[in-house]
Amino acid sequence: MSQHLLSWMTFLPLLGLLVLLFIPRDNGGLLKGITLVVTIITFFVSLPLAFDDVFKTSAAMQYTEFVPWISVGSYFQMNYNIGIDGISLWLVLLTTFIMPIAVLSTWNAVDKNIKGFMALLLLLETAMLGAFIALDLFLFYIFWELMLIPMYFMIGIWGGKNRIYAAIKFFIYTAVGSLLMLVAIMYIYYAAVQSGVAMDGFSIAHFYDLNIPAHLQTWLFLAFAFSFAIKVPMFPVHTWLPDAHTEAPTAGSVILAAIMLKMGTYGYIRFAMPLFPEATQQFIPYLSLLAVIGIIYGALVAMMQDDVKKLVAYSSVSHLGFVMLGIFALNMQGLTGGMLQMVNHGISTGALFLIVGFIYERRHTRAIADFGGLAKVMPVFATIFMIITFSSIGLPGTNGFVGEFLILLGAFESELRWFAVFATTGVIFAAVYMLWMFQRVMFGELKNPANEKLKDLSLREVVIMIPLLVFVFWIGVYPNTFLEKMNPSMEQLMEQVNGKHQVASVEHVNHRQVDVK
Amino acid sequence: MENLVQIAINNVNFGAIMPALVLSLFGMALLLINVFSPRGKTAHVAWISMVGIGVTAVVAVNAWNKPFQEITGFAGHVALDNFATFFNIIFLVAAGLTILMSDDYLKREGYPVGEYYPLILLCTAGAMLMASGINLMTIFLGLEVLSVALYVLAGFFRDQARSNEAGLKYFFLGAFSTGFLLYGIALLYGVTGTTNVAEIGGYLNANPGAYSNLMTVAGMILLSVGFLFKIAIVPFHMWAPDVYQGAPTPITAFMSAGPKAAAFAAFLRVFFLGLGGMQADWTSLLWVLAVLTMFVGNVLAIYQTNLKRMLAYSSVAHAGYALVGMVAANAVGVSGVLFYMLAYTLMNLGAFAVLVLLGKKGEDNLTLDGIAGFGYKRPYLGVALTIFLFSLMGIPPTVGFTGKFYIFAGAVKAGYVWLAILGVLNSAISLYYYLRVMVYMYFKEPTEDFSWVKVQVGAVISVLIALAGVLYLGVIPGKVMDLAKMALF
Repeated sequence: MSQHLLSWMTFLPLLGLLVLLFIPRDNGGLLKGITLVVTIITFFVSLPLAFDDVFKTSAAMQYTEFVPWISVGSYFQMNYNIGIDGISLWLVLLTTFIMPIAVLSTWNAVDKNIKGFMALLLLLETAMLGAFIALDLFLFYIFWELMLIPMYFMIGIWGGKNRIYAAIKFFIYTAVGSLLMLVAIMYIYYAAVQSGVAMDGFSIAHFYDLNIPAHLQTWLFLAFAFSFAIKVPMFPVHTWLPDAHTEAPTAGSVILAAIMLKMGTYGYIRFAMPLFPEATQQFIPYLSLLAVIGIIYGALVAMMQDDVKKLVAYSSVSHLGFVMLGIFALNMQGLTGGMLQMVNHGISTGALFLIVGFIYERRHTRAIADFGGLAKVMPVFATIFMIITFSSIGLPGTNGFVGEFLILLGAFESELRWFAVFATTGVIFAAVYMLWMFQRVMFGELKNPANEKLKDLSLREVVIMIPLLVFVFWIGVYPNTFLEKMNPSMEQLMEQVNGKHQVASVEHVNHRQVDVK
Repeated sequence: MENLVQIAINNVNFGAIMPALVLSLFGMALLLINVFSPRGKTAHVAWISMVGIGVTAVVAVNAWNKPFQEITGFAGHVALDNFATFFNIIFLVAAGLTILMSDDYLKREGYPVGEYYPLILLCTAGAMLMASGINLMTIFLGLEVLSVALYVLAGFFRDQARSNEAGLKYFFLGAFSTGFLLYGIALLYGVTGTTNVAEIGGYLNANPGAYSNLMTVAGMILLSVGFLFKIAIVPFHMWAPDVYQGAPTPITAFMSAGPKAAAFAAFLRVFFLGLGGMQADWTSLLWVLAVLTMFVGNVLAIYQTNLKRMLAYSSVAHAGYALVGMVAANAVGVSGVLFYMLAYTLMNLGAFAVLVLLGKKGEDNLTLDGIAGFGYKRPYLGVALTIFLFSLMGIPPTVGFTGKFYIFAGAVKAGYVWLAILGVLNSAISLYYYLRVMVYMYFKEPTEDFSWVKVQVGAVISVLIALAGVLYLGVIPGKVMDLAKMALF
């Protein structure tokens, strides 16, 4: 099992899906139960990864599996090539960790066509895990595109009023970007082959070794960066996100925010930046500008929302801007901060969407104006909501603080100092929109009689939130558990992007092994 | 004269036309069987046709990788090489799936007429001659056999105005385009003194001056018009929507796959083998047509509410994708075309088979509104159609993705990066109208109970076969991709 741990973990949900097919459609409880069990087993299968100390010392890929897959002689070859390192480790664990929570959140929320919803959830988990562990660009692309299908249906079938518009927009936006990336992938492959490189597949290890001329890097980087920027989403291609988030059912929003958005940032770290270091350096000022615009714009728009869910959605745009800024700082603080903030955002925004789901299930409205004074009738809910709010703002002691602090520190120490100055206002804005919303919803007088009889959180709902709260404080107080396992990989990434760039530009020596014409 | 006859007789090698021969024999035998069959009983004809398809498949596969001596014949008019065999299998898959979905359909529509099946078999035999023809005359002969059978099939519902319109339109325009083809053959014969494709190529290479001869260029253009018409490439696509909409649904499915692949086979053979020296000329022409075809097909498909018509325009667009592989003009691109033809056959026939099951008599309900909520009322069929649509979009893990990857990889490898970019952008456009079908299937509440959708064994089998093919070639396409590679002439 341990030899094929990653494969088992990735395809267990798919096996679960096959089991689901044999369960009668009207047995909702059983369907949900099986899905929950499958996602929990998947989590436990992935758990040994968290305790493996090899990540503390090695930046190399671990748990690798390599099986030749498609081989058409000199035309092209693809391999089933997977592995995990400090970059993907916590994202994989975040995925397996969030999925059971997402399943639990559907318990009362999803009541029509449960079988379809559960099947899609499991398919989505396989696709997401596959995308994080794929080391072959072709394989990655397949999982990357596969992710769209379940999410499209989840938004379109179980979503809110505008769900059709949101679902189509989500699908087309993300697909357009990735199609251009596909052409770029083919282009590098054949450029390498024609330069005499023996490419035995689309393995990224091969691609890393290529020395791609700067003018080509520019175009290829743009194709990759555009695709990932849509997924992150970065300003100005973020417009699908508020629609998708607002219309999606709670479980869908949680997964979108907590995991799928990380695909974009992960794509930058894993592919776009190390593959095209010179182009990365060239575009960092522009991309950082977009990141900062995203931070401030997202925060300002969030402030103006009167729908809680929309507010959280726009706050995602702002938070992901921070992640991008940290990554573009290209120093240890920035990179580890960015990585950590990805996990943090997954936890705190995932939790926020769950919270929105809780009150929506009770009142069937999300308008801030409909609430007020909820703290009096729902004390447990109020406490949890407050902790998560603090985490989202980045209060010291919570996970958000560590991430944002590292990011800003990194950005200050890099060439992005002025960007960091402006980005810091985003932290303040975040406090404004979150606390203002919290105040209007939870405090004040209980004016609306419909709110007087609201029930506090049930045991199930508390159980959902507890694991998230644990990590809010764990990362907030002792982030080293997480940082120490991503450090080696981050150092390697830094060397890939910075080191080679400097070698190439200062000494005019081709440090890389193979030239691409 | 006597010598010529002697050569022809000496060269007779029935092995070279065996698949077409077997299929024609089955077709003719079935015509006879029909005469002695009671009226309105066609099931046995359908099943015997399926036997014919199966036997022919065995015969066709048997020709794979045979030495050249054994598979050529008739004074070099035909060659049953791997290229032809790969296409033969595509034709047989198309014909087989079509026949499977037809029987209950014909009964429902009130035309249980047995001649329908022999016509499909003969049409397929014609397609096989086109794929294995090395001589322009053989190719022409194959095209005519194919077309005449198809004209009849398109207008098969003789009491329906729409079907009549389809048959007549296809006939007139088809006859017209055949004229172009024939005229092109005549011009090339005038220049080179031969109709043998290989010899034409040899002559032109030996006399490069002939390339600039206006007659050669005109011959090449007229020839391509003939083929492009059959493939329905813009601006020769005008017939496709009306004919596809009016023809019986299984025939529409068949037309969009089998004959299209046949025309591609002949097109590839003639242009690479015979006119390979003019490649620079015709690739620049086809480049433009490929882009136009993709855009026109996809953009117009967006405006359709009738599903058959939408799939007709989508079929135009898919021909454009395949043409990209031909423009690439390298081994990857051309074998990509072969693979894509198989891919398109599977996914398109699958989609049409679902439509056959879904239609009421007269098929007026095959519109977007007509399938509202279909996915809930008939979940298995809904999932099947969904998978076919995702495949047509080119989303993994389906054959639509691996097929497009094959073709666009060829284009990128040949340096046509812009063509590949325009191609994938077109895929993006196509997302909209395919997704919209799913919007109606799943995101709208059902207005009907779809109680008329019954299990029709044949159509269900063809859905299952197509589904298995779409997923198998989407996940483990390596083997068949390799076969497509070995099929290059």
